[in-house]
Amino acid sequence: MALDANEIIERRACISGVGQSAIGRRLHRDPVDLTLDGCLAAIDDAGLSVTDIDGVSTYPGPMEVPPGFSGAGAYDVIDALRLSVGWYNSGLETSGQLGSVINACLAVASGLANHVLCFRSVHEGSAQGEKGRSAVMPGGGAGRYRASGFQEWNLPFSAPSAAIWIAMFAQRHFHDYGTTREQLAWIALNARRNAEINPNAIYRDPMSLDDYFAARMISTPFCLYDCDVPCDGTTAVIVSRRDRADSLRKPPIGVEAVGAAVRGRPSWDQFDDLSTMANRDAAAQLWTRTDLQPSDVELLEAYDGFSFITMSWIEALGFCGVGESGPFVEGGERIARNSGVLPLNTHGGQLSAGRLHGYGFLHEACVQLWAEAGERQVTSPRVPRVAVAAAGGGNTCGCLLLTRD
Amino acid sequence: MTTTEPPFRILPRVTDRNRFFWTGGEEGELRFLRCQDCGYYLHPPLPRCPQCRSKRVAPEAVSGRAHLATFSINHQPWMPGPELPYVVAIVEVVEQPSVRLTTNLVHCAHDDIQIGMPVRVVFEHHEDPDGDVWIPLFEPDPEA
Repeated sequence: MALDANEIIERRACISGVGQSAIGRRLHRDPVDLTLDGCLAAIDDAGLSVTDIDGVSTYPGPMEVPPGFSGAGAYDVIDALRLSVGWYNSGLETSGQLGSVINACLAVASGLANHVLCFRSVHEGSAQGEKGRSAVMPGGGAGRYRASGFQEWNLPFSAPSAAIWIAMFAQRHFHDYGTTREQLAWIALNARRNAEINPNAIYRDPMSLDDYFAARMISTPFCLYDCDVPCDGTTAVIVSRRDRADSLRKPPIGVEAVGAAVRGRPSWDQFDDLSTMANRDAAAQLWTRTDLQPSDVELLEAYDGFSFITMSWIEALGFCGVGESGPFVEGGERIARNSGVLPLNTHGGQLSAGRLHGYGFLHEACVQLWAEAGERQVTSPRVPRVAVAAAGGGNTCGCLLLTRD
Repeated sequence: MTTTEPPFRILPRVTDRNRFFWTGGEEGELRFLRCQDCGYYLHPPLPRCPQCRSKRVAPEAVSGRAHLATFSINHQPWMPGPELPYVVAIVEVVEQPSVRLTTNLVHCAHDDIQIGMPVRVVFEHHEDPDGDVWIPLFEPDPEA
């Protein structure tokens, strides 16, 4: 068969199942055990057996530091399940956490695998312990640790956290467009009101704007509630060949288009425009690969490792103009679950449902498209048929446009 | 130059590629690699010019003047470091604004911080058995 350079090849892929392990603030479980729980749940959800899985893809692969950032690598899972794989992949240098899923779509489209198990496993909650994030900073603030790699350019300036890096993007957006903390707050408040009815969410108590402003500052303009909550848990999705999915348990979720690009310098502080991120490029690429428009999207599940990243995705994906995400989210009406034009982060995002790191958004998009979201299911004006799952920030961003027939 | 003891900082791993940058403060110089063929400033350091691919790149001092591109006032005690809250900033050097540094803004009341404000380099000397380093921080530039 001749290669058609104009084919949107990701459409040969679909999502056939999703699954999650137990999720908690601190589960103190063996991370590989937790990983396998999530993986087996997804395989079962698709109606597949373990022996059907012939590909594995994960983000970021095995990493010792930061503690808890990676619960298992691809080899861990291939070996633990005694898989025979035609293709596998892991790595940090890809288009955000969902870059691993985009890669899996390309692998099944190319015929290297039929059913790829994709997963993201974290145990940052347990690994950080009671001391929280300060317990896992590079070098721990003592000894002879020396900064190298990209950290050479931020650690000596006491800027070890993406909280600070993203806060500087937000501050620039505030300056350029008049964005305010009252607007930013609605990312956190919307997440919380959705988490209230998600039994798997970490934080479910109601949160008010007053609560938001009473929270301690982390790094201006971010307060505590602008930062996601570290947790333990594994999310897995099965990416299958579309032409092998019709006999499976569930109707396949189509991959209409993906976005994986980075056109600026692949750096947090050298990126060409400090009021945008690589999501600008990934989202622009996505819309070149489909006839659908932003106005066709009925659900957005967009990364909120820090609240501002979600606003940045809303602009990048064209749901409002550049610089207009503040007014777009203010008051929370447009992003509300059943009355908004763009229901957002319906599971509670990482801000309230836990830092499952990118995959939680894809999981929720699929659950909503399958109408399996229970009390939090979007039903008005209808069960969504077109959704975007978007993850990552800074120099590492990727997104998928998903459809139900 | 500060006369008081500098705060704890995680120091950079100094190599042959970056030594000119981290030791420039000994002579009061902020230095970047510059392409000797096309004039482009490179940062972070690379062995080849990303603009014209020339291998003739060499450290050159710049004026130390820059503009504040953005900032954040950090309140979180991530690790031992400067007294809280401290200001993390990104500055753009005047010779080539596409060259940015993440740094700390010092000697500036927080209410006076303005994106776009002119700043100038000030070095913080850290003694180290592996070789001293000079951390380039920035302060408001009264002469701009």
